Amino acid sequence: MISLRDIHKTYQMGDVLVSALQGVSFSIDKGDFVAIMGPSGSGKSTVMNLIGCLDTPTSGEYVLDGVAVDQLSSNDLALVRGQKLGFIFQQYNLLPRQSALRNVEMPMIYRGVSGAERQRRALAALNLVGMGQRVDHRPNELSGGQQQRVAIARALAGSPSVILADEPTGALDSKTSSEIMELLRRLNQQQGITVVLVTHEHDVAAYAARVLTMRDGQLIGDQRN
Amino acid sequence: MTTLDVHAAPESAPVAADSILFQPIAASSSGFGSLWEVVRISFGSLLANKVRSLLTMLGVIIGVASVVSLLALGNGASASITGEIEAIGTNILTISAGSQNRGPGNATAAQNLTMDDAKAIEALQLPVIGVAPQLNSNAQIVAKSADKNAQIIGITPAFQVVNNLTMQQGSFITDEHLQGANTVIVLGSTLAKDLFGNGQALGQTVRINNQSLRVVGVLTPQGGSAFGSEDDRAYIPITTAQKRLFNARTPDGNGYRVGSITLSAINASDLDALQSRVSMLLRERHHLKLDGSADDFNVINQAEILGTLNTITSMMTLFLAAVAGISLLVGGIGIMNIMLVSVTERTREIGLRKAVGARSHHILMQFVVEAAVLSMTGGMIGLLLGSIIPIVVTQLGVLDAPIDLQTVGVAIGFSLGVGLFFGIYPAQRAAKLNPIDALRHE
Ligand SMILES: Nc1ncnc2c1ncn2[C@@H]1O[C@H](COP(=O)(O)OP(=O)(O)O)[C@@H](O)[C@H]1O
Ligand SMILES: [Mg+2]
Repeated sequence: MISLRDIHKTYQMGDVLVSALQGVSFSIDKGDFVAIMGPSGSGKSTVMNLIGCLDTPTSGEYVLDGVAVDQLSSNDLALVRGQKLGFIFQQYNLLPRQSALRNVEMPMIYRGVSGAERQRRALAALNLVGMGQRVDHRPNELSGGQQQRVAIARALAGSPSVILADEPTGALDSKTSSEIMELLRRLNQQQGITVVLVTHEHDVAAYAARVLTMRDGQLIGDQRN
Repeated sequence: MTTLDVHAAPESAPVAADSILFQPIAASSSGFGSLWEVVRISFGSLLANKVRSLLTMLGVIIGVASVVSLLALGNGASASITGEIEAIGTNILTISAGSQNRGPGNATAAQNLTMDDAKAIEALQLPVIGVAPQLNSNAQIVAKSADKNAQIIGITPAFQVVNNLTMQQGSFITDEHLQGANTVIVLGSTLAKDLFGNGQALGQTVRINNQSLRVVGVLTPQGGSAFGSEDDRAYIPITTAQKRLFNARTPDGNGYRVGSITLSAINASDLDALQSRVSMLLRERHHLKLDGSADDFNVINQAEILGTLNTITSMMTLFLAAVAGISLLVGGIGIMNIMLVSVTERTREIGLRKAVGARSHHILMQFVVEAAVLSMTGGMIGLLLGSIIPIVVTQLGVLDAPIDLQTVGVAIGFSLGVGLFFGIYPAQRAAKLNPIDALRHE
């Protein structure tokens, strides 16, 4: 499903080169539930951005679902994101003036999915995350946990190969965090969806089946719970 | 761009595929399948910011409104001027003294057009209604109880025919008056009123340059023309003007000067032929060499004047339209300004859309459509507002200023053009945003 080989990522900040990833290699199988842990600045987000096709590595190989994506153009990366990936963000990133339903439909617009099909899928996804009763609510009428559920529905609706979440519970209290993690675990176990998430909380990582640990741009641990 | 196959390497069937979410997605990922959706997104965000959208449109509204009203008024005015000239007649040829660019009939111009020239032209027996020499001058007309500075026009009886003048009272200047250089005068209707009030002007005496003249006729009101009212002029025999009032003897002392000679052709189509025949005669009479010394007279062809005036009025209209165009330009810059602000404000939204699969052209389209919708809507409103003045003016009968389809087309076309032109830069900025940075934007 996901295969990274000897990935390096270097950022240029003025005259200084910042080496964010220094030869990271790992694979993630279909249906796995992986948490990436590590201290701040260890390169977790950088790795997630690469897996999420939001960025390209300075060197190394990345194969996603059979497609070598490491050297694609930005427009082709967008195409891959739309078709294969679902994103969940720490800040939910819902469009404030649109209903939950429209928010969930939005990514499918860019794939040319018809209005009826979009709505069918969006409603199914909202039902799956327990937001079937709130489809007409706008984000400001929903709690943080509910907004994150809508965001998860948005990630699910396009039937992605992988759901990627960079600190999905970072803005939530611990009770809501565990609800969201329960939801992700249920989606992983019952629907077989591959989930990769970044966290620095052990409680959150405990929901995952596999924990990758990073430090200073390198992978230093890989264990199964 | 390479088209990627979503299902390039399916690994294994999804575990619990009961949900419709795991049916393959029916998608046409062709570039413009989602155009309509992108347009809907644009409309949505414009409606969400109604006040701002309206303020942004203001520049275009004002620009288009002024384009529309100025074009309509300009076209109306030029049609009206052209109409007046056509009413005077397009069959008039005026020969004036002096070289190029002197007004017809100006008595102070370099003088070499004479009464004998006029007689020689008459002797040609051309197909004309009349040959009317004239000598104009401004002078103070003194009546018993009032006086007034007026244009005094020395004429021959042919003048009445050439200019279609009709009498309210008395008669026009006659051949006897002309031969005798009689001290008689015909007054325009306004001038008669100015000098004699509502009293009887006919038979009274007025003084010009200490010469008494008897009023033998008053003209019916001729109405205004583009060149001022003919009703406050006075007419005297040209011989009287030459010999008694303005001393217009030629330098050699053998004849008398005239200011201009007007020919009224029977057929307007003869005008060019008449012009060359008369010019030839005058060159001969004035001993101008055949090798091409310049004419010492100036021929004005009424048809040419009409053409010139048409050029002038269409230039005026164009100029007005250009002024209006500048405000349209300013309106466009306003749109660009607000669109740039809007792109900055919505950086996160753009980042999100790109992160979840929007390609550059989707974002470009969204913002270009927004700008185009803004300026098109502004254009429509401007068209409506700009129609008000021309319609009111037409209704009041001041000027016939119809709003033609061409004007509507120009207004809509220009506003759309402005929107696209000034929308493209902000839209490109939006389309180029990197999703990671854009999502991090606060
Ligand atoms: N856009 C960037 N430009 C320069 N340096 C960056 C950029 N993004 C991340 N880095 C650097 O790369 C390293 C890894 O960052 P990141 O992946 O965000 O860490 P984490 O998510 O684990 O906190 C850090 O040293 C960070 O400063
Ligand atoms: Mg991070």
